[in-house]
Amino acid sequence: MSKTHVTTTVNGDTAEFLASPGMTLLDALRDELGLTGAKEGCGSGDCGACSVMLDGRLVCSCLVLAPEVEGRRVETIEGMAQGGQLHPLQQKFLEHAALQCGFCTPGLLVASKALLDANPDPTETEARYWLAGNLCRCTGYDKIIRAVMDAAAELRQERTA
Amino acid sequence: MSETLDKPALNIVGTRPIRPDGADKVTGRAAYGADHSMPGQLVGKILRSPHAHARIVSIDTSKARAVPGVKAIITASDFPDLASEVLEGGEQASNLRDLSLNVMARDKALYHGHAVAAVAAASSEAADEALARIKVTYEVLPHVLDVEPAMAADAPLLHAHLFTEGLEAKATAPSNIAKRHRNVRGDPEGAFAAAEVTVEGRYTTQAVHQGYIEPHATVAAWAEDGRCEVWSSSQGQFMVRTYCARILGIEISDIRVTPAEIGGGFGGKTTVYLEPVALALSRASGHPVKIVMSREDVFRATGPTSGSVMHVKLGASADGTITSAHVDLKFQAGAFPGSPVGAACMTALACYDIANFSIVGWDVVTNTPKVAAYRAPGAPIAAFAVESAMDELARKLGMDPIALREKNAVRNGTKAAYGPTFQNIGYLETLAAIRDSEHYKSPLGPNQGRGVAVGFWFNVGGESTAAVNIGEDGSAVVVTGNPDIGGSRASMAMMAAETLGVPVDRVRPIIGDTASIGYSMLTGGSRTTFATGMAVVQAAEKVILDLRQRTAKLWDVSLDHVVWRMGQAECTDPAKPDKKPMTLAALAAQSARTGGPISAQVSLNAQGAGPGFGVHLCDLEVDPETGHVTVVRYTAAQDVGKAIHPAYVEGQIQGGVAQGVGWALNEAYIFDRQGLMENPGFLDYRMPVASDLPMLDTIMVEVPNPAHPFGAKGVGEVPIVPPLAAVANALRGAIGVRIPHLPLSPPVVLEALDSKAE
Ligand code: FES
Ligand code: FES
Repeated sequence: MSKTHVTTTVNGDTAEFLASPGMTLLDALRDELGLTGAKEGCGSGDCGACSVMLDGRLVCSCLVLAPEVEGRRVETIEGMAQGGQLHPLQQKFLEHAALQCGFCTPGLLVASKALLDANPDPTETEARYWLAGNLCRCTGYDKIIRAVMDAAAELRQERTA
Repeated sequence: MSETLDKPALNIVGTRPIRPDGADKVTGRAAYGADHSMPGQLVGKILRSPHAHARIVSIDTSKARAVPGVKAIITASDFPDLASEVLEGGEQASNLRDLSLNVMARDKALYHGHAVAAVAAASSEAADEALARIKVTYEVLPHVLDVEPAMAADAPLLHAHLFTEGLEAKATAPSNIAKRHRNVRGDPEGAFAAAEVTVEGRYTTQAVHQGYIEPHATVAAWAEDGRCEVWSSSQGQFMVRTYCARILGIEISDIRVTPAEIGGGFGGKTTVYLEPVALALSRASGHPVKIVMSREDVFRATGPTSGSVMHVKLGASADGTITSAHVDLKFQAGAFPGSPVGAACMTALACYDIANFSIVGWDVVTNTPKVAAYRAPGAPIAAFAVESAMDELARKLGMDPIALREKNAVRNGTKAAYGPTFQNIGYLETLAAIRDSEHYKSPLGPNQGRGVAVGFWFNVGGESTAAVNIGEDGSAVVVTGNPDIGGSRASMAMMAAETLGVPVDRVRPIIGDTASIGYSMLTGGSRTTFATGMAVVQAAEKVILDLRQRTAKLWDVSLDHVVWRMGQAECTDPAKPDKKPMTLAALAAQSARTGGPISAQVSLNAQGAGPGFGVHLCDLEVDPETGHVTVVRYTAAQDVGKAIHPAYVEGQIQGGVAQGVGWALNEAYIFDRQGLMENPGFLDYRMPVASDLPMLDTIMVEVPNPAHPFGAKGVGEVPIVPPLAAVANALRGAIGVRIPHLPLSPPVVLEALDSKAE
């Protein structure tokens, strides 16, 4: 079983790894590149814990084969805080206590950022449907939705300021 | 209140600071079970039974051993064959032999997914290949899944040596009934005969899984000198240590367990599945071994809680006084005895003051995964039946459901159905909070219904250790032995900071491994903020006493003349008016001259956990075309004693509600005719997602628990108790017929609507 050499961009930097057959992007991030922020909750695309951005599109990294990211752009939770500064979504998740165990949190943050990039002013219902692919078993979603709406408001203000 | 007069005002407890582990958890840095690796580690995988019930005739591993990269293969013969022995330390007592047999099947596989062998290999592919080449010869046996068929005289027997405990006459033949629980007060039969109104019903629930998003994971190393290191995600590193030592027959001192961050547990991580296997594979291979469960493994081989068949009868006088109750609870235990039916019996009528009752519970083994604790184990199931019956009684009496509960409520001084006398409970206040809420008075829309239900959980205390170590600059490190499952680090830091009188960000809470801090029972039973919090506060108080003693020496005054206020020592000796207060930082800076490092450790067995009560109000809407049910508004009130960090208390309540709503509407283990689980994934085992739920309103009622320094009561478990019945009662209101079986999925609701139309 030969391995495939893959060159890609992860959080803005070039990354290379060897992909064994069947290896997913999630496996590559976690096992080859040491980026364990994306989690495996199901391995079947049903929980969103492994959410990352691929060429600006939200994907479940457990459903992407590692060689598919050759020459493409991957963004993970590890790239969300910039220059030692938390992203407003990260800050609002903390302020609203939108995490308990925190296992779903990286995936939810990546998915929430994708939402706000696509729709800076979502309604509560829009946020709930967008995030319906991200399971959280601890919080009942209430504080997560509040954090996302609050971060959206803050980002809108930043933009107009 | 006099209490507020002589107690200093709180500066930190009751506020909402950002949790100390927050930055790690929003950046992906926090390391959970599967995020840790050891140098040279192998991949461990487990072969699981494809049958629900089968004798293991032989296991041939020779072809598997020949696979390149395979370093070890183990079966039950690599573990000691243990005698039956009751072991404390989990959320419920466990039998050591059963624990071991659940980790690795010996003579029989008792459920689909039961571990029968394990391999360690250099790569995941090699491990998979080896699993495929292990040849297990099974003799397939008839199986039984549901609780009532398992109780039948001609049911397939799981254990030839299981004789029912708790019967008047000693059982003479083995059966699947492990135990009968029974609690009778007064003369229930006589009281039923005299009752003016009675209601009666049969209720059923299905097995459901805790559903934590993090699958079980561990990495373990067995060194040449016999010293073992385990890293795993669990609700208690000391529990893992005890269970591993006993299952493998080694010394406690040879095992060090480091708790990973835990990605949810809800009771399901109060036992071991992987850790002893990883250790045995490490011993056999000479390498560290990492095992991570797939989601399918999690469903097939861990959790769930019991499915049940219940019968409830209530008798009352015309004014609504309940005069008699009969509750019969039959619970699936899974492959080994130990369903939560005992706790279900104790909680079933705990909210009610009833003169005559009989409660009977049956613990029944079945060819399904051995049940594990799930948040208030047993209580939500019993409450589904009892609270549904209460709703029927209110309807029959023409009474408001809250008024009926108020009329029969336990109060301070009431002797609880399960024995003790209630003190300092806030149940009536919690009922009043819902009764007086805007939600309760608001109108309903078309196709909507409203349900009320109440719930109770004991909350527990128990053994905990905490250490407070003061740094040279006056900052503090608080070490405890309880995994932080939902924000407990924050509450530990807050209680320490409040006691010491320093800002909360001057306190760093950490969770020690089993070699760095004294013993603590696991995180479960809603005990951590109460019991471990008590140890933290007492350790901080010990530090303060030490600081006062040092200051008294420095100032040459008596200890009585040094008080600790707002983080500093103050002199109250009128003879020494020149003594300026000394801050913690100032005292810490000169600790070398006053007796050395400042630190204290407290170990205790906390008593006096205050029981918790919850009252829930659910509005839902039914789509008459599809039978789909949507919860449109939900309010949960709960007596929390004192909310240390209110945001995390609200979060506990909201999380419990969401799990309960899932249990009520969708979740269930589904088996095929061979006894194989058909829905071992999140696609078909449908847990609530964000678009399924509305905002979840909470009302925190604070009736303090005098046994806790700040009045806290456990909060994590009560909120999952009422929702099953709150939802079912709301549906009854919306559609006009009672569906006494969970889950209330669209086809079931549609069928009920159709049958009503006929
Ligand atoms: S792990 Fe990828 S969706 Fe669950
Ligand atoms: S915080 Fe635990 S799963 Fe979301």
